[in-house]
Amino acid sequence: MSIKVRYFASLKDIVGRTGDELQVSESVSARKVWLELNPEIAIPNTLLVAVNLEYVNLDAPVKDGDELAFFPPVTGG
Amino acid sequence: MTIKLCEQTFNPWQEVETYQQQAIMKGKYGACSVFVGTMRDFNQDETVKSMFLEHYPGMTEKQLQRIAEQAAQQWSILDHLIMHRVGEVIPDDTLVLVATWSAHRGDAFDASRFIMERLKTSAPFWKKETLVSGKERWVDKNSDGYQ
Repeated sequence: MSIKVRYFASLKDIVGRTGDELQVSESVSARKVWLELNPEIAIPNTLLVAVNLEYVNLDAPVKDGDELAFFPPVTGG
Repeated sequence: MTIKLCEQTFNPWQEVETYQQQAIMKGKYGACSVFVGTMRDFNQDETVKSMFLEHYPGMTEKQLQRIAEQAAQQWSILDHLIMHRVGEVIPDDTLVLVATWSAHRGDAFDASRFIMERLKTSAPFWKKETLVSGKERWVDKNSDGYQ
């Protein structure tokens, strides 16, 4: 069972990667995924989170097969 | 309702005219409100040479669709055309076009404003500027359009 993790914009530079694949045995929170993959990087205050292309909060559950994305505030327009 | 992400530069006025000719029923609309956002060559006291617009394929389109649907639920709208650049842009390039057609001006004005402000806060796009010095920097937030 695995979760696909993506990082965008300045977050890519901060973590030094564009994505990760995390093996999980059960549903976990987005926060736990961040802490597992980036234990040395504090969660940014302005962090935005999406699961399967929908905004969620850091405590939202993420399960096998989900795509989890972390990104900074959006700046389009 | 049409939403397009564009990798190449586009002429917003031409797009509005073409769309109006092809997609909007003649005689039914009394108002068309158009917002065009253009890249400046300055930001935060620095001269900007170019910019890269990153987006989240799939989520960006989905969020824009949702914003347009929310506007259509709130105001009496005949149609929308929303276009946004992605990739490399230079000053004077059009970044975004929001055109809204309705029977009356109030709905067109208000729906366009709603779409633009929502796009600014929830559509996943990010700007990375290249300054004339060659330095690159991410734009960290959008300003509040109502201030």
